[in-house]
Amino acid sequence: MSGSASVTAAQETAAPASAKPERSGARAPWPLLLPAFILFIAVVIVPLAMTILLSFHNWGQYTGIQFVITLKNWQEIWSDPYFYEMFARTFRIAGLATLFAAIFGAPEAYILNRMRTPWKGFFLLVILGPLLISVVARTLGWALLFGGNNGLVNKALMTLGLMDSPLPFMFTETGVIIALAHVMMPFMVLSVWAALQRVDPQIENAALSLGAGQMTIIRRIILPQIMPGVLSGGIIVFALSASAFATPSIIGGRRLKVAATLAYDEFLNTLNWPLGAAVAVLLLIALVLIIVGSNAIIERRYSEVFR
Amino acid sequence: MSFLELNRVSKRFGDHVAVEDISLSVAKGEFISLLGPSGCGKTTTLQMIAGFVDPSAGAICLNGRDLGSVKPAKRGLGIVFQSYALFPHMTAAENIAFGLEMRGVPRAEREVRVRDALAMVGLDGYADRYPRRMSGGQQQRVALARALVIKPDVLLLDEPLSNLDAKLREDMQIELRQIQRSIGTTTVLVTHDQTEAMALSDRIVVMSKGRIEQIGTPHETYEKPASAFVSHFLGKTNEFPGEVDRSAPAPRLVAGSCHWPAPAGISGPVTITVRPEKVGFGSESDNGLKARITNRIFQGNHWLFQCETECGPAIVVRQNAGETQPVEGENVRLVWRAEDMGIRPGGGGR
Repeated sequence: MSGSASVTAAQETAAPASAKPERSGARAPWPLLLPAFILFIAVVIVPLAMTILLSFHNWGQYTGIQFVITLKNWQEIWSDPYFYEMFARTFRIAGLATLFAAIFGAPEAYILNRMRTPWKGFFLLVILGPLLISVVARTLGWALLFGGNNGLVNKALMTLGLMDSPLPFMFTETGVIIALAHVMMPFMVLSVWAALQRVDPQIENAALSLGAGQMTIIRRIILPQIMPGVLSGGIIVFALSASAFATPSIIGGRRLKVAATLAYDEFLNTLNWPLGAAVAVLLLIALVLIIVGSNAIIERRYSEVFR
Repeated sequence: MSFLELNRVSKRFGDHVAVEDISLSVAKGEFISLLGPSGCGKTTTLQMIAGFVDPSAGAICLNGRDLGSVKPAKRGLGIVFQSYALFPHMTAAENIAFGLEMRGVPRAEREVRVRDALAMVGLDGYADRYPRRMSGGQQQRVALARALVIKPDVLLLDEPLSNLDAKLREDMQIELRQIQRSIGTTTVLVTHDQTEAMALSDRIVVMSKGRIEQIGTPHETYEKPASAFVSHFLGKTNEFPGEVDRSAPAPRLVAGSCHWPAPAGISGPVTITVRPEKVGFGSESDNGLKARITNRIFQGNHWLFQCETECGPAIVVRQNAGETQPVEGENVRLVWRAEDMGIRPGGGGR
């Protein structure tokens, strides 16, 4: 061990003295990249390629997977309105969850940023703390509060006589959206927080001295500056929400399927792997298009101001 | 008639006293500088005038009106911040127009005034530039135009030139002074740079540890510093221990081997202060301090000499006027006119 280390050190010290120090320096990064590159190919590229390939295979109730190339799965998705509904619901839920995360997350980050030092750190921890707990546990918390007649909140509301029947939360789209927005909130707060760090601390005073009121300052001065943060946070939240599995499967259950739970069911219940793969690949393509597209729009819109 | 008046203003942050019992009156159209090292309370004073910080005690009046209950947005002051605090998502013209917009100035008039303001700071043609695409000096001009376009009662400048390089800073000083003279806005500048304060202001307020050390014209504060702090902060000063001897028939002030007639009203140990550029080199027979040149530094338009005198180290600055100057290691006598000398009761130190 020490022998090889000393050899490396000797080579390094010798390198500048050699005739072509620049060329050996330029080649050095490639071997260093190799381990990560191999890992990336093995765990991302190969499974992805296999999934794409799988989506073109045939499947029969009694034959299982047949290794032929067919467009059957894609035609099925294309022609069956069931899948339209599924994808529409997925993106509706993701879109609304993103909207709520932005509406609550951006002000949260702004307030947090204005807090005094001891409280700032404390509340940042409170907001980021949930990230340390599993998504399943956090979602089950919602189920404990609102799940049917025995959910804590529902029980309390009914005991107090405020409600006759439990609040509909479980197995509803509203429930999934609220739970997703809650689970994704830290990502939005973090993203806006990062944008706020770049805002000149004197800028509000400058606007104030020019006669702007507090609401005008937020609307005209702060919001435009943190908008890139809100939008990039939005992209993260949208992507994670659209591909989320745990939250929709716990709150939405079997009754309210989204793309991710649909793919899961095709794989593990129907055992129609090729169809599940086609759904997963379609979700991936749609997400990549949406993210790349909106990112391009954001970059073009704000390139002049933020570089 | 004072226009802006600070009456016994103090500010405490917890136990820390940032500004203590400051009284100051600024005349209309005057350019005044708050000068002091960092932490002397000058920025806090400015922020109290601006309304970003509330005074713990005392009152600030503008044009006879108490500002205590007036919100910063309603004070009508123009402020240029150290970081400029331009709105990065707005062009130069939009930045300047913002204050007018908040005041409900109609669009047509706004456009005219923005154009005039840009012309005033020499930035015509830059209206549609975003701040990030402008140099530090240009951003500074936009910040100045933005503060001035609302025709403020008072212009507050918070270390506006400290982020510029030396050459640009000198140019901006001259320009800032010209602009201020031509529009006649009462201006309060906060700075730690004594040359900047001297170059720009009608009067300088020297501050230290939250208190005012001296208020006076640049010339007064330099030539007649009220305290040891002021003389050290404004330029360089030589200090020699001396003694006023009243036992002799003719009372005299003695330092080392030389003496002067005693000043009135002081006796015992004193500290003699004299500016380096007021010291000359005399001959053996002159009434001067014995000294040896330890270091001679040529600085273009002047020479800087470091000397070891019989009363401690001293520095001498001589104009490079073509005369032959003493060389390193040479023994000389340091002479100065009695009226160029400051005398402070008490022994050495500040």
